[in-house]
Amino acid sequence: MAPVPPADPTPSPLPAPKPPWWRDRRVIPWVVQAVVGLLVLLLIAFLLGNLIRNLTAAGLLLSWRWLQQPAGFDISESVIPFNAQLPYWRALAAGLVNTIRAVLVGLVGATLLGTLVGMASFSHNGLLRRLARVYVEVVRNIPLLLQLVFWYFVVFLTLPNGLAAIQLPGVVLAKSGLYIVGLGEGLRWMGPTLVNGVWQAPVRLSVEFGALLTGLIVYSGAFIAEVVRGGIAAVPKGQWEAASSLGLSWFATLRRIVLPQSLRVIVPGLNTQYISLAKNSSLAVAVGYTDLYSVAETTLNQTGRAVEVVLVLLAAYLTLDLLISALMNGLNHLVQIRER
Amino acid sequence: MLWNRTRTLGASLLAAGLLAGCAGEDGGVQSQKLSTITGRGKLICGVEGKLPGFSFVGPDGKYLGLDVDVCKAVAAAVLGDPDKVEYRDLNSSERFAALASGEVDLLSRNTTMTLSRDAAGGNGLSFAPTTFYDGQGVLVPVASGLKDLKGLAGKPICVESGTTTELNLADRMREQNIPYTPLKFQTSDQTFAAYLGDRCVAVTSDRSQLAGKRTSFPKPDAHTLLPVVMSKEPLTPATTNGDPAWADAVRWIVFGLMQAEESGITQANVDAKLAEAKANTNQADLRRFLGVEGDFGKQLGLPPDFVVKAVKAVGNYGEIFDRNVGPASALKLDRGLNRQWKDGGLIYSPPFR
Repeated sequence: MAPVPPADPTPSPLPAPKPPWWRDRRVIPWVVQAVVGLLVLLLIAFLLGNLIRNLTAAGLLLSWRWLQQPAGFDISESVIPFNAQLPYWRALAAGLVNTIRAVLVGLVGATLLGTLVGMASFSHNGLLRRLARVYVEVVRNIPLLLQLVFWYFVVFLTLPNGLAAIQLPGVVLAKSGLYIVGLGEGLRWMGPTLVNGVWQAPVRLSVEFGALLTGLIVYSGAFIAEVVRGGIAAVPKGQWEAASSLGLSWFATLRRIVLPQSLRVIVPGLNTQYISLAKNSSLAVAVGYTDLYSVAETTLNQTGRAVEVVLVLLAAYLTLDLLISALMNGLNHLVQIRER
Repeated sequence: MLWNRTRTLGASLLAAGLLAGCAGEDGGVQSQKLSTITGRGKLICGVEGKLPGFSFVGPDGKYLGLDVDVCKAVAAAVLGDPDKVEYRDLNSSERFAALASGEVDLLSRNTTMTLSRDAAGGNGLSFAPTTFYDGQGVLVPVASGLKDLKGLAGKPICVESGTTTELNLADRMREQNIPYTPLKFQTSDQTFAAYLGDRCVAVTSDRSQLAGKRTSFPKPDAHTLLPVVMSKEPLTPATTNGDPAWADAVRWIVFGLMQAEESGITQANVDAKLAEAKANTNQADLRRFLGVEGDFGKQLGLPPDFVVKAVKAVGNYGEIFDRNVGPASALKLDRGLNRQWKDGGLIYSPPFR
């Protein structure tokens, strides 16, 4: 038998002697966890120490004073008021709002498109079914960046400009953007007008925004269509048969019987797609849309504060994605089938 | 137990200290960068890569241009071979991070020297002598009939993000109270594609860059530079503040190219001049400049004849200018401010003493 360890000097009263601590099943897991935890802490300390040492050597220790300095650059479109005299944090905020705007509209659009296409793949109409398959297979197998560049340079930038623009009552689609009638100055309705060769209207969406949205919606829509198709396929066939024996039409069956049951399969899958969409929106810089990433990049180059700006970016995208995730988890909880 | 834990902690602190010690090691008196480059056997040079006249890939797949020739001159002076260069294409946003992280040894990428980029509390770069004095210009289609900045009011202007160009545009437009819409793109290719796609009525950048890019347009004659010069843009090669000895070596290699032009030493006659210097002991200036006499090379950590090697590889400053952007090139730029100081320009090498 092993000698009694010095850490445990009292002799055991039990007949079977207590094993030494390094063979004790209650102790070993703690030791292993402590060692692993210590190693992780050491690694973090080493990396952080290295970062701080090198930043200090380069005279670039973390500082946030630059956030208050005037940005000095303009932003082509901003929902919140912005001009070049305002500080950097306002510029970053304007970029964040632009990102959130693109993500929100993108989420709604991609969900609608994806649901319709997902439903279409169960249609009795063969043409519709095959079209849905072709759309999904083509779109999800081409990189998003390529698609964005295609939408922007090939589709939107070939729109006519000036007087030749596509004009409908209250709406004008030109190379410079989409102009929609709205409440102008003095709360009067104002339609799009051509001033000095440039279209003006109360509501204006740039082609950069349009190209980004189209790209995101078409791309994410394909993935969401697959998620919806999987969800519908997960509903037992008997539900379809029961519904049709009650005399419900195809659409009514889908809407009243199948889709509500498929939600519990669809929602977790949607969560992933929504998060991807939010992250993919940072590709906006390829098509000239001023999102958070674009503003951050300009800020980085003007201030030279690479680490701080990247930290801001990381925090913003992380928060956005965790928020989407939390909302979707809440929704998931609501659509789960209550077992009785 | 407690004793054990204390010992583990002590050992781990010691280990952390050792590991940390490795990270901040200093190379001593000798330049760490120079020994890295000679050890590696090649120079890694950051360039723009797609800019005719300055740095672009020619039809035979080799890099060409004024910025590229600076890389070649440095490689020739340090390693004795102008072809021992590995080029890295960097966009405006990547360039300083690539230099600071040591991914490139030298940034020769039409970069404007500014206070904040030079300052230790800013980007912390160390600038070599300016190789091209430029100014910011505006390119517009001839058909637009635009004559000045006022005509651009309310119209979209394409600009590359992360450049001084972007800030100058904002400043000039604010001064003159002209509202405009900046459309920012990440690369010069995207910027010019959007301009050629008529999304913008104008594109702004350094005048040399606009002239260079215009040569690759489908119809170069359909675009014209507005007469306005919006800024001073001294385009300058750069290294980091971290290695002053390496920065000095680059600085004096570039000055060497300028001094060579002033002294009438060309790629064609450099061998004859060297022979003349060796034969004639009275030509002290020439002997020192070409490394026959004195230890200038050694002081910089370079071979004694580094100027000879650089000039033999790419010619003197005037030859580099003429070949890449001057009359002999597609850009056909005037020497302008880039003449030697004796001819009323700004190219001025301090004495090799």
